[in-house]
Amino acid sequence: MSATSTDVLIVGGGGAGCSTALHLAKRGARCILLERGQIGGQASGVNYGGVRQQGRHPAELPLARRARDIWAKLPELIGTDCEFEVTGHLKLARNQAEEADLIAYLDVAKANGLPLIMIGGNVIHQQYPWLGPDVVAGSFAPDDGAANPRLLSPALARAARDAGADIRQFTPVSHLAHDGTQFVVTSGEHEFRARYLVNTAGYWGGAVARAFGEQVPVSPLSPNMLVTEPLPYFIAPNLGVVGGDVYLRQIRRGNVIFGGGRGQSDPDVPSSRPSPEASAAVMAKALQLVPQLAGAQVIRSWTGIDGEMPDQIPVIGLSRTTPDLFHAFGFSGHGFQLGPAVGAIMSELVLDRHTDVPLEPFRIDRFAADQSFNQQGQRHDASHHA
Amino acid sequence: MSILIIGAGPAGTRAAEVLVSAGLRPIVIDEAPENGGRIYQRQPAGFRRDPRTLYGFEAAKARAIHDVFDQLRPSIDFRPRTLAWNLRQGVIDTICDGKASAVPFAQTILCTGAMDRAVPLPGWTLPGVFTLGGSQIALKAQGCAIGAKVAFLGTGPLLYLVAYQYARAGAQVTAVLDTTPFAVKAAQAFGLMRGGATFAKGLYYIAWLRARGIRIAEGVTPMAIEGSDRVELVSWRDARGTNHEAAVDAVAIGFGLKPEAQLADLAGVPFDFDPVQHNWVPRKDPSGRTSVGGVFLAGDGGGIRGADLAEAAGARAAWAVLAARGLAADARAVARLDATLAAGASFRAALERAFPFPAKLAADMADETILCRCEVITAGELRAAANEALAMLSPSEVNRAKALTRVGMGRCQGRVCGAAAAEVLAAALSCPAEQVGRLRGQPPVKPIPILPAEAA
Amino acid sequence: MRLQRLAETDRAAVSFVLDGTPVAALEGDSLLTAILAHDGYLRVSEFGDGLRAGFCLMGACQDCWVNVEGGGRVRACTTPLTGGMRVSRRIVQP
Repeated sequence: MSATSTDVLIVGGGGAGCSTALHLAKRGARCILLERGQIGGQASGVNYGGVRQQGRHPAELPLARRARDIWAKLPELIGTDCEFEVTGHLKLARNQAEEADLIAYLDVAKANGLPLIMIGGNVIHQQYPWLGPDVVAGSFAPDDGAANPRLLSPALARAARDAGADIRQFTPVSHLAHDGTQFVVTSGEHEFRARYLVNTAGYWGGAVARAFGEQVPVSPLSPNMLVTEPLPYFIAPNLGVVGGDVYLRQIRRGNVIFGGGRGQSDPDVPSSRPSPEASAAVMAKALQLVPQLAGAQVIRSWTGIDGEMPDQIPVIGLSRTTPDLFHAFGFSGHGFQLGPAVGAIMSELVLDRHTDVPLEPFRIDRFAADQSFNQQGQRHDASHHA
Repeated sequence: MSILIIGAGPAGTRAAEVLVSAGLRPIVIDEAPENGGRIYQRQPAGFRRDPRTLYGFEAAKARAIHDVFDQLRPSIDFRPRTLAWNLRQGVIDTICDGKASAVPFAQTILCTGAMDRAVPLPGWTLPGVFTLGGSQIALKAQGCAIGAKVAFLGTGPLLYLVAYQYARAGAQVTAVLDTTPFAVKAAQAFGLMRGGATFAKGLYYIAWLRARGIRIAEGVTPMAIEGSDRVELVSWRDARGTNHEAAVDAVAIGFGLKPEAQLADLAGVPFDFDPVQHNWVPRKDPSGRTSVGGVFLAGDGGGIRGADLAEAAGARAAWAVLAARGLAADARAVARLDATLAAGASFRAALERAFPFPAKLAADMADETILCRCEVITAGELRAAANEALAMLSPSEVNRAKALTRVGMGRCQGRVCGAAAAEVLAAALSCPAEQVGRLRGQPPVKPIPILPAEAA
Repeated sequence: MRLQRLAETDRAAVSFVLDGTPVAALEGDSLLTAILAHDGYLRVSEFGDGLRAGFCLMGACQDCWVNVEGGGRVRACTTPLTGGMRVSRRIVQP
């Protein structure tokens, strides 16, 4: 068994892991990133591409703000903007209850310095004449936008490598342990050793945590996605709805990307398939938002595997069992925008033992020890742990 | 539980025939308004040409396939104008006239046929450039030539057949340009002779064209198709290295066929790279059974073997379905079919070697050539991504290349550009084409419209 | 380019509207035949390389999509022409 030693091992090569490698390398720490498949091959590469602060759980807003600052500087940081465009995010209400929800969030936004503009029924249809009649109001976040998810992780990884990180694709991890002195991570016939271990393994972050005695109720989440043929560009903002059951945006090339509902997955393979039922359902919802899309041709559907926590916010922070083990996984379908900042704060945790971003809400042990949650967030017997 | 046949061409027709004779009532789905597939595509109502004119030497076979299907109609559930756009466990998702329907099945025989293989060259997206197969359909199903002065460019038996059909129909065939040198074809003569009548027909077409003074050049290197907004000129380098050009208004191009195997892919059927066909082919046993329970393959959609063997394969797969259902087989019929399929194999191999896919031509296409015509991505853009300074993070396989460059991301989902893209990528990575893999299928296999809720 | 009608020319005449102009065609034409027998293109490429007129004629290449009033987007090569169809080749802003 051959062995390689380094300062920091990172398990999982999505946006969180690659940005961690980048920030560590820029600060001179030696690190090795281990990715089972290709960089950004799971949730980070197949998601909707929203770069969005609006609508987040208040606990996420400081992290999202930090991320937004990094998104603005991506070209300097990694040499490409990953097609990030500040399109604004328009969150729509389709009935009065949803409108009340939008209004209630204005306070959350204000408290966190997130600029939002509430748009009432008459104005919104004047401003966006293509919106369907069911839309009664909207909340516009001028600072939000979208980017190309397929580009971010590879670009982060490339920049990390330029900065001195060792990025290993096709390197599945079969065993993780701490031998009293350091972490020992095994892949095939090779051992990787380091003082620090960062767990950015997405849905499989739960398995990594479990290897160190931390049970976490993370479930597989497969957002069902579709894309149309190129159409003349007319939908400028990134569209969302209260409840998040449909999201839709149009890229400059003309394709309309939209999604909602769940596909199917088998994380043990790993494999995933979009769902025709979910696709049919989200088509109807897309038409409710933009009726003129009726008849537009869908050319592809897809999904991937993300990790979902029962309370819909990630696990980020120190391990509760093992010193020098740090977690960042379970982004519950909305980690893309956060990725660039996750790496920054993980590098601060590792190197400075401190970060300014409040992480208390993301503690790994916030789930009661004698209870666990199933996929619907219902408590049930711990023997059915995810 | 249902048996679903996807595709009502020669394979699907013979499969239905066997199933009906066993007392079953298969569902037969086809995108076209009528049965017949492509080689025996039926002309629309009101067209009057006789089968001999339409199908030439294959007239009797075409008529037989049409007659058999017409007789089967009362005994099958025929669903024309229906697209099967997804295949998942035990269910095929279809859409017809804007209405979606999930069709459960116990067994399905995928008889989805083939399309031409393309090698992009400069100007190939101009109006007036069509595939060989498409050019044949224009004539057969619509009574039209693709242009007033047509060049035929590519390789394979279809090149000569369609040129012959055009000339016979009164079109002006300006040139027939075969990328395969004569010597390569001649070297396969022994194997080709096993094809008997098929080989003789091929020689006949070539001789007929030559006898009428139609220009035929072999061993050519295509250079470009030129024109402003339409085809005006085609240029090529001959086997001796001399450049030529011809004023034309249409070019029919094609370099053999490749299976339309997207549903097999979605079913989870593993694929293997067939070095003789130079195609990725879904894996099946000689009866057409795959490793995926309930999924069977027949005809060109499971690997290119031609129309005659498609008929045999369709019938054979139906017998395999009956066996899977525990029904008794007609052992003699099965043995005959197995013998036919086995006997045809060596001729097919010789044919593929006689008209090889010009992989090097594809790999060497100029940087400015549009490689992916849906998304308008050039060969140079794909090469640039492959040659990224940090080789490890560059795409080592076509799906990652697609994600980074958009090659294969358009409406046709890589049907047209996939083969050539693999050659370009492999050459840039200095590895064999099969090492860069194949584009992974994603539903829908063809575009489907955004539908309102009540269509489900 | 134009498709050249070599055979089956004595079919019933059918008329349709192409980009606002009445065009004569024949019963049994596909939309692709009807358009390309009259004029030299089916669509304008979204990405700047000019005009397109389809490629495979068998519903595989997806390069022949046009707009039919009241019928949405259709593939010209696999769509039969019906009299009075109003077809547009410019992708109309939804």
